[in-house]
Amino acid sequence: MSAAILSALRERFGDSIAATHNYRGDETAVIAPDALIEICHFLRDESPLAMKCLMDLTCVDYLGREPRFEVVYHLYSPTLRHRVRLKAPLTDGEDPQIDSVTQLWHSADWYEREAWDLYGVRFRGHPDLRRVLLYDQFVGHPLRKDYPKERRQPLARRAPAPDEET
Amino acid sequence: MIERRTLAIGLPDWRELESDDQLPTEPLRINMGPSHPAMHGTVRIVITVEGETIVGADVEVGYLHRCFEKECEAATWTQIFPYCDRLNYASPMLNTVGYACAVEKLLAITGEIPLRAQYLRVITGELSRITDHLTCNGASAMELGAFTVFLWMMKAREWIYAALEELCGARLTYSWVRVGGVATDLPSGWIERVRRILAKVRRAVDDCARLLVDSRIFRDRMEGVGVISAERALSYAFTGPQLRSTGVASDVRKDHPYLVYDRFDFSVPVGARGDSYDRFMVRMEEMSQSMRIIDQALDNLPPGPILLDDPAISLPAKPEVYNTIEGMIRHFKIIFDGIKVPPGEVYGYTEAANGELGFYLVSDGTGRPYKCRCRGPSFVMISALAGMIKGGGVADVVPTFGMMNYIGGEGDR
Repeated sequence: MSAAILSALRERFGDSIAATHNYRGDETAVIAPDALIEICHFLRDESPLAMKCLMDLTCVDYLGREPRFEVVYHLYSPTLRHRVRLKAPLTDGEDPQIDSVTQLWHSADWYEREAWDLYGVRFRGHPDLRRVLLYDQFVGHPLRKDYPKERRQPLARRAPAPDEET
Repeated sequence: MIERRTLAIGLPDWRELESDDQLPTEPLRINMGPSHPAMHGTVRIVITVEGETIVGADVEVGYLHRCFEKECEAATWTQIFPYCDRLNYASPMLNTVGYACAVEKLLAITGEIPLRAQYLRVITGELSRITDHLTCNGASAMELGAFTVFLWMMKAREWIYAALEELCGARLTYSWVRVGGVATDLPSGWIERVRRILAKVRRAVDDCARLLVDSRIFRDRMEGVGVISAERALSYAFTGPQLRSTGVASDVRKDHPYLVYDRFDFSVPVGARGDSYDRFMVRMEEMSQSMRIIDQALDNLPPGPILLDDPAISLPAKPEVYNTIEGMIRHFKIIFDGIKVPPGEVYGYTEAANGELGFYLVSDGTGRPYKCRCRGPSFVMISALAGMIKGGGVADVVPTFGMMNYIGGEGDR
């Protein structure tokens, strides 16, 4: 079944599918970000695919490679029990952008907020793109590879002890 | 930031009012959490109420964020196990099993894991599932006033913790699973002790069920509260007991069997209405099913090694490390450089206590993951909470939130 997903995608979208592969049993399609919404609509609504679940959405930062950021979608069909992974490489450099899929799956809402929070990917059309895990005052996006692990940004400053010089 | 203001409401003379409905009300914002006894796992909900009815809610998570993914990128594949214990801290063993399965998928050694190790992972994992459900149901019952149930369930949980502690020396932070198997074999007499413990746990769960299942007070608080439809639940990527409560019989153990789950006879309980009561009952039944699995696994536990014998993956035996230079070097290389995982990416998924626990691993061929994404099942489910509590009363937040079983460890990571 699952091989049929990739061939259906290739047949329907042709040029928008940059590559497909199956590694360790995971079907993957690398897609053009512009065609994302169309492809997702197809995968969700076409009856032999029926990807009713956006299981996971995340981003990977391949620092030093162009395109640098890649948004990764894991789709699942609970009725047909098959999965597919979509990868959308983003070419916008430091300020990556991609269309939001919140209109297709509710779960995209917080996943996209998380990817914005930790990677700084801007999702066009997201209704409420705020940070979700970190606080609003946080500067930067910590899961980017150029964010040093040791950097600390405490929200509350420690109050000086009574006998401490200020 | 929440805007603060003081309202001056012109109150009419109460004697002139014909009914309470005419009392002037303004939408009021109240804060539930992060330090609130019912918000286990430190979550903050900003609720807007009109009278007693909730008209808006904003759920804020992240108070337990501890940079799981960032830390993983700096650790070797083996060093991540202790971090995984702390994901869903109500069922640590299931997290480490899930992570190990994902790494083994990337190493393409899934089929080579010794059978005994697979059985041991199933047994300890299902014990962890029981402790999770005992925690969730017990704590939620307590929040609705059933303190006895809480104490009985915590006591039952402690018996299981004692069995797992005997196995690996820790009550909660086991770090017992390894890539390729498990760390230690069972102590002598463990199987009999687990059987005795399970008999006691079964009695305790039955006693609790008798107190709650038909209790008018309990059912009034739970039934029809926090309802979600199957379609909506799927769109929110619900998994686990929360999805099954809506009537969708979806369980990774059945749909995509991993380890040796296809060898056991067990059923997947489902609910009918998708309310908090269904979620409670699904968890109660799942505990019995887990005990069935453990019984069968203990009966058929095969003898044999507990760790894959592959010098590139598993640590050598201690006498070899202390007495031979080759053993010492091998030990050193695995500890310092880490297991060499081939470049590539996989998404490994298992059925954890709250649903599908996924690990999206990207390896660049070094001893450390390039990316280790954890899909904690409760993170995305809590995003549906705002919609589920809207229209209900403030008191309904407590059972709804409790039955979502949000675990900060896996949600906030």
